[in-house]
Amino acid sequence: MKTFMPAKFTVLRDKDRCIGCKVCVNQCSFDTHYYDADDDEVRSREQNCIGCHRCVTFCPTQALTISRNPLDYRENFNWRPENIEDITKQAESGGMLLTGMGNDKGQKIYWDHLVLNASQVTNPSIDPLREPMELRTYLGRKPDRLEVSSSAGLKTKLPPQVAIEVPVMFAAMSYGAISINVHESLARAASEAGTLWNTGEGGLHQKLYQYGKNTIVQVASGRFGVHPDYLNVARVIEIKIGQGAKPGIGGHLPGEKVSAEVSQTRMIPQGTDALSPAPQHDIYSIEDLAQLVYALKEATNYTKPVSVKIAAVHNSAAIASGMVRAGADIIVLDGIRGATGAAPKVIRDNVGIPIELALASVDTRLRQEGIRQQASLVVSGGIRNSGDVIKAIALGADAVYVGTAALIALGCHVCQQCHTGKCAWGIATTDLRLTKRINPEIGAQRLVNLLRGWSLEIKDMLGGLGVNAIESLRGNRLHLRGVGLTDTELRILGVKMAGE
Amino acid sequence: MRNLRQLNNPYGEDKVIAACSIFGVMDTSGRRFTGKDVLRAIANMHVRGNGLGGGLAAYGIYPDYAEFYALHIMFDSCEGKDATEALLNNSFKVVKAEEVPTQPHPAIASPPLIWRYFVEANPEQCAGISADDYVVAVVMRINTEVEDSFVFSSGKNMGVFKGVGYPEDIGHYFCLEDAYKGYCWTAHGRFPTNSRGWWGGAHPFSILDWTVVHNGEISSYGINRRYLEQFGYQCTLETDTEVVAYAVDLLMRRHGLPLEVVARVLAPPLWEQIERMPDAEREFMRALRQVYGSLLLNGPFAVVIAHEGEMIGLTDRIRLRPLTVGEKGDMVYLSSEESAIRLISPELDRVWSPVGGEPVVARLKSGRRASRGRSSELAKA
Repeated sequence: MKTFMPAKFTVLRDKDRCIGCKVCVNQCSFDTHYYDADDDEVRSREQNCIGCHRCVTFCPTQALTISRNPLDYRENFNWRPENIEDITKQAESGGMLLTGMGNDKGQKIYWDHLVLNASQVTNPSIDPLREPMELRTYLGRKPDRLEVSSSAGLKTKLPPQVAIEVPVMFAAMSYGAISINVHESLARAASEAGTLWNTGEGGLHQKLYQYGKNTIVQVASGRFGVHPDYLNVARVIEIKIGQGAKPGIGGHLPGEKVSAEVSQTRMIPQGTDALSPAPQHDIYSIEDLAQLVYALKEATNYTKPVSVKIAAVHNSAAIASGMVRAGADIIVLDGIRGATGAAPKVIRDNVGIPIELALASVDTRLRQEGIRQQASLVVSGGIRNSGDVIKAIALGADAVYVGTAALIALGCHVCQQCHTGKCAWGIATTDLRLTKRINPEIGAQRLVNLLRGWSLEIKDMLGGLGVNAIESLRGNRLHLRGVGLTDTELRILGVKMAGE
Repeated sequence: MRNLRQLNNPYGEDKVIAACSIFGVMDTSGRRFTGKDVLRAIANMHVRGNGLGGGLAAYGIYPDYAEFYALHIMFDSCEGKDATEALLNNSFKVVKAEEVPTQPHPAIASPPLIWRYFVEANPEQCAGISADDYVVAVVMRINTEVEDSFVFSSGKNMGVFKGVGYPEDIGHYFCLEDAYKGYCWTAHGRFPTNSRGWWGGAHPFSILDWTVVHNGEISSYGINRRYLEQFGYQCTLETDTEVVAYAVDLLMRRHGLPLEVVARVLAPPLWEQIERMPDAEREFMRALRQVYGSLLLNGPFAVVIAHEGEMIGLTDRIRLRPLTVGEKGDMVYLSSEESAIRLISPELDRVWSPVGGEPVVARLKSGRRASRGRSSELAKA
């Protein structure tokens, strides 16, 4: 069938600059560039280009320009190019439209409508270059109170607590969806920066067990790679109920991606599809969740916090309350902008709620019930910079997860082709020719640099607010103001309008 | 489930920023003395205030009614007084009710009515909660539900006297130079940058017999307040100082932590200091910060906190507000400025400025507090 899909991008090759080195041909995993031996010239198949800029970055003479194909449809507010092209694709494929990364639609990004406070005159801002500034955060269930004996000794025994030196962790991304080298980069970076990384649902490769102290292992509906060693090596165990990019549905790792090593780590036969059911089939209710929480605690002798991750949905607040009462020590909320290795596009773009609103309502609800201290609150889904991080903390989060931001640090250009397995940056792929593009040592360095940069910025902002410990900002919504928000939005966020 | 949103109106009140003078004095032998010198000392720091709030707390002033809760209540209208008295009569056995004596002062304009009530909490009415908790609940109810009424203090054998004016004028208005004798006094002169001239907004802030005078701005107020709301404290006073009083009440009275430990919650050591501590102490401090991190008072502050038999001075952990300690015989002085101490006690045995976050505790050498079995002398924790 002839495709009616126009090319998304045009490739401009400056003949004066091109030296015919074929770097672009070798780098492009979507077969956009090719070498025409007859004419001794490098040419392009523009309809293949997905705009990942791998070729542009590596072209030694800057001969390449990739730009959007200026294909002007007749103006139509309803039938925008995306709508037309989606229908065209489905008419040709007869399937669900798949996509990768997070929601790219225009739902309001509340971070951009929140602004922070700073000290002027009545209290001094604190200069983090001269004064201590503390970012350390402990994740885990806290008792409602401490009991001390007369000799000021501690009588209360605290449930397991996990320290992170920066309130930013690497989000769950499974081995299979991303490569082993990316996993290793994340693990090494987390260890060096004093934070945690998350295995995702695809198990933990044997060679990464050495980073267990900084590892969150996931137990998801497919139970891939879950066994006693996996649980015991981890610092935190996370039960994955849902994911912001695809609330309510499961996952599907195609058999082509299940290589020998993936097969071994996931404990499934090589080349078979790895299907994660939509629900966990032993969790059909809150009491079932409690059973799994305590099964995991029993299995690890109550030495690790158990986290439960859900997609942010309409009644997250009530669900979160139930999760805390079911024994979850950490609650993870993943918002509508949360990313994925592969999800049906219609679900990614239409299901779930913005993380800012979910976070505010969950934190408020847990405080109303007097159980906020019983669980740490972690949010994810579209966190882009340290400004987003500090606003999340002021709204009530203990820490955030970053997925996309971490991948961008490794080279990702957010071209949204993760589901194809052809990632030219060597990230979302198991193709050995591509995965070697990530060097774990350099990758870890880039990630550590990112966290260091964000830490410095967070410290500067905290100092500007006049506080020197992050717990003094956590849930301190008085340091936030809204701009361009309705009364209802302000009420849900629990912040005042700027100027008030 | 409590709807905290409705109770606390996050859009209405906010903290009021204030810089101030603070002063505290205790005779650790328990000897009682008038407020005359205290007023001289706080007047010496006149320029630290701006006349928009002053007040004093005095301990040991009602020995004849020492077993009863002494409620100092301010009324802006007779209706408010009637409604409050109806509530008091329903809630307590009122042993004595009288207007707090005052004398005219040219600087004190349109004062509210201020009455005191000595009450007894009937065990049946307390319905299973302690008498203290019951009193707290009634006080919260008066402050939030009864129009034109506000409780200054609610402890036994103590009282708070405060209003809009310079503290020395307020003290004169309430006849503190000679009408009362107490073993411990704290005082406050206020410099609010934003005030609606409300008598209830002056320091000291009090719940039961806890009083707080505070100089500074608590930048962590938002989370301190949200944390305390979980335990039923409602911040109604439009000031950040209130959270200090409630935090101390929660930690000491309800959670049973000693004063030195409470000081470590409010101004904890840095994590890097904690990591260098001996094992047991490290575990203890870690747990303290992990559990009570939301009560860390962050931002510049110096406070003098007092209750029956104890007085504590504390600054924030990087000491962004001044506090000086003086000792002379049994007398212990805490002050924003050393000059105020020297004015009333020129020769001191010892005088020093505690480092940031270091609590200074003065305790009665004898008396009821000693039965707790803790150190009875001035403890430099």
